[in-house]
Amino acid sequence: MRLSSPNLTHNCLKIALFTLSLLLISLNAPLAQDAETAPDTAVTIEQAVDSANVAPLPAVNVMVADLPNDKGGAVLVSWELSPDDDGNGKVSGYLVQRSESKDGPFETAGNAVRGATKFTDNKTDDDKVYFYKVAAYFEYLDAAEEKIRITSAATVTGPVQSSAQWFNMNRLYVLLFMLFVAGAIIFYIEKAKKGDEIYIRKIAGIDAVDEAVGRATEMGKKIFYIPGIQDMNDVQTIASIAILGRVAQMAAEYDTWLEVPVSKSMVLVTAREAMKEAYTKVGRPDALQDAQVHYLTDDQFGYAAAIDGMIVREKPATIFYMGAFFAESLILAETGNSVGAIQIAGTAQPAQLPFFVAACDYTLIGEELFAASAYLSREPRQLGSLKGQDMGKGLFILCIIVGVILATLNVWDMSVIFASK
Amino acid sequence: MRRQIPILITTIAGLVFAISYFIPHDPFGESESIFGDWITIVQAFAVWLGALNLLKISFEKISSKSADRHYAAIIIVSLIGTLAVGFYDGYSGMAQDPQVSFRDPGTNFDWLYRFIYTPLSATMFSMLAFFVASASYRAFRARNVQATLLLIAGFFVMGGRVPLFDMMISPITDFPVFSWFADWIMTYPNTAGQRAIMIGIALGIMSSSLRIILGIERSHIGGGSG
Repeated sequence: MRLSSPNLTHNCLKIALFTLSLLLISLNAPLAQDAETAPDTAVTIEQAVDSANVAPLPAVNVMVADLPNDKGGAVLVSWELSPDDDGNGKVSGYLVQRSESKDGPFETAGNAVRGATKFTDNKTDDDKVYFYKVAAYFEYLDAAEEKIRITSAATVTGPVQSSAQWFNMNRLYVLLFMLFVAGAIIFYIEKAKKGDEIYIRKIAGIDAVDEAVGRATEMGKKIFYIPGIQDMNDVQTIASIAILGRVAQMAAEYDTWLEVPVSKSMVLVTAREAMKEAYTKVGRPDALQDAQVHYLTDDQFGYAAAIDGMIVREKPATIFYMGAFFAESLILAETGNSVGAIQIAGTAQPAQLPFFVAACDYTLIGEELFAASAYLSREPRQLGSLKGQDMGKGLFILCIIVGVILATLNVWDMSVIFASK
Repeated sequence: MRRQIPILITTIAGLVFAISYFIPHDPFGESESIFGDWITIVQAFAVWLGALNLLKISFEKISSKSADRHYAAIIIVSLIGTLAVGFYDGYSGMAQDPQVSFRDPGTNFDWLYRFIYTPLSATMFSMLAFFVASASYRAFRARNVQATLLLIAGFFVMGGRVPLFDMMISPITDFPVFSWFADWIMTYPNTAGQRAIMIGIALGIMSSSLRIILGIERSHIGGGSG
């Protein structure tokens, strides 16, 4: 058999040519692809030259008005789309211009993208009157890669003056709801003042506070109270300090060491003041020591590490976690669980609740954290406020039922009441 | 007087904040940002209070030969060391041209941050994975009806989050049972529960705020209920 034959040579040549053409195609492929996708991302010079001869038609029905429900300093400019703004690339955007005089000169207030029908100029002076022009424009890059803009004609609209409003009408429903709940709370507080009995359901987590403090006393071990990692401007921390006051009273009565490691300096001062008051109230002001309330660090995981160390070394009998917690919640609660401490947690951070429920003996869920101080005080006026809060809950339940019925009937008008604005 | 002034300040601040939510006009419109600035300024000064307290407590532990005095010593050395490095870098950086901040890359302070602080924080955070496992083990024990329901829901949610489970049942059905059921649990029962908690929290905050504004709740300022 001959190694070389005319057929074999011919076939080899064909294969070589085919491979070479494949190689050339694959090398050229990215360039070809770029050329195909280019018109999607940029306006070609040919298109631009076609459009450049004709400026786009202007925006129509331009209207100007003071921006409603704001603190002033803003004008709302609205318009209907230019007839050329139909998605064919004839309009690149809108140029909004402003002047203090009808005759100009006009300065640029801002740009709006194509398809937009309004623009908020939030750099106005409430003492001045303004006129506006809205022009549609077409923009392209010329051969020298320089941006060329062709702007339509525009008519002057105005005058308009911005002003601050005395009431945000978008929040009317919120105000009405707040007034209802506040009214109900005040009504029940007054009712409680007159001596009417207020029934409050039992909250197991709060009832267990006594037991938890008693357990620490019996075991002769410490109680740790962790008030979360937020500062005093967080309502959860305020609620936590209010609960601390009650827990501190019990600890002072039983002569049990209550330790409060904090992560914020402001909380340090407030917690110390609440403790001092609690110890004074039970006639044992001298029993309180500086070392009971102390600062650790502002850092989230530094704080968690320090408390974990304290828990492992000192093995407290009881640990309270009350306040705002984040990723450190489970790190703390699991460590406490590992040393066998009785743990009571309370937070209004919904994402952390499952962790506390899994790792603690009792958990105050959301609203129970805010009710705890009133519940522990057993003071009628405070309990009255909880009753008022329940009225608000009743209103919510009613709204939910009505909302479900309306949604089932395909009526959505009521949902605007709860829209966030 | 010691109680009345804080209560008065709390009441005024609380009312101004509540009113400013509804009235955008000055002086209410700007009050939130003004109070926010005040809080930031007070917090900045209060940092020293915390640092000094930490030093005081740590020194006391060492002087009283407390069992954990070694940790107190580490705290003192770390605190003062970090401060010293930061001040040194800041001071020497001012003399350079262009000026270098102590936080800029390449400084000693940046080295401390990147190679000590960041790994330590990451270590603490990564421990969460192990704690989630141990907490889940306890939570998912089917001791009663509720715990069993939780176990079933947890099984489907976790199974639906990885493609393996849907792949395992693909010989039986093409329908992605696990991911569909996981999405259903998260979209409906879970969202409904979360919203109920959120509504309760909102009402609790309102009630709590009103008690504070009216001066009924005073525990946070070192006083009992009024």
